[in-house]
Amino acid sequence: MLRIILALLAGSLFGAGLMLSGMTDTAKVQGFLDIFGHWDPTLAFVMGGALLPMALAWRLTAGRKPAAGGSFPSPPSAELDRRLVLGSVLFGIGWGLVGLCPGPAMASLSYNSWQGALFLAAMACGMIAAPAVSRHLDRGAANA
Amino acid sequence: MQADWIWGLGGGLLIGLGGAVYLLGNGRIMGASGILGGLLDGSGRNTAAERIAFIAGVIGMPLLIALLTGGTPDTHVTSNAAVLVLAGLLVGIGTRVANGCTSGHGVCGISRLSLRGIAATAVFMLAGVLTLAVLRQMLGVI
Repeated sequence: MLRIILALLAGSLFGAGLMLSGMTDTAKVQGFLDIFGHWDPTLAFVMGGALLPMALAWRLTAGRKPAAGGSFPSPPSAELDRRLVLGSVLFGIGWGLVGLCPGPAMASLSYNSWQGALFLAAMACGMIAAPAVSRHLDRGAANA
Repeated sequence: MQADWIWGLGGGLLIGLGGAVYLLGNGRIMGASGILGGLLDGSGRNTAAERIAFIAGVIGMPLLIALLTGGTPDTHVTSNAAVLVLAGLLVGIGTRVANGCTSGHGVCGISRLSLRGIAATAVFMLAGVLTLAVLRQMLGVI
């Protein structure tokens, strides 16, 4: 039960932050990526603001256990594989096209009209198809 | 417009606080694509309840704020259905193949100086910048 309450709290903070920071406004997100146009630096402040508590949280994991049990994630891998690079390229193109990434796509569900719902439905289909795409990439890597 | 960066910083702090709660409480990395994607492809079946609770918060809190303040912010999202479907598919496939998005690789990865998180963020931001440069500045189609 504690896990569910903490997840709801984390999601609520995330959703509130996305809304109040303006990151559910696709014009601000595309404005950040549009460095040759009328550049909007807001996203950099959002990222900076989010990194502060998160960096502190990672420091606090040392020598401790999660409050609701279990264990902390293992140290990050340093392997840069083709999945990471090609997946991020596809994601970046889609992100630039509309200005929505997965968090804001969910957070703006409550006040978006049909456009947000259509994007979210397509994103869900992409997520369901992704494991097959990953397997295909791995096969390609094995044959190369 | 002048105060946009203050709202950005404040909202960013809330996002980071959410990530800190999820990490220190549940021992999990707060990545929006992983939490939703794991539900959709079945890989997160064992943790489905907390994933659903997280998503309920992400969707519910903006709704609550909108109801309390009596206004919903404009999302300026395109009405071009073909672009919405194409972009949605690319974001869905790309984030799951790369195993992370702006929150997981960006916020949670960079803050622990993960090489994969930093590299992924650099790549998807560069891809986004090039997309805007070509399709908006050069061709004027988005």
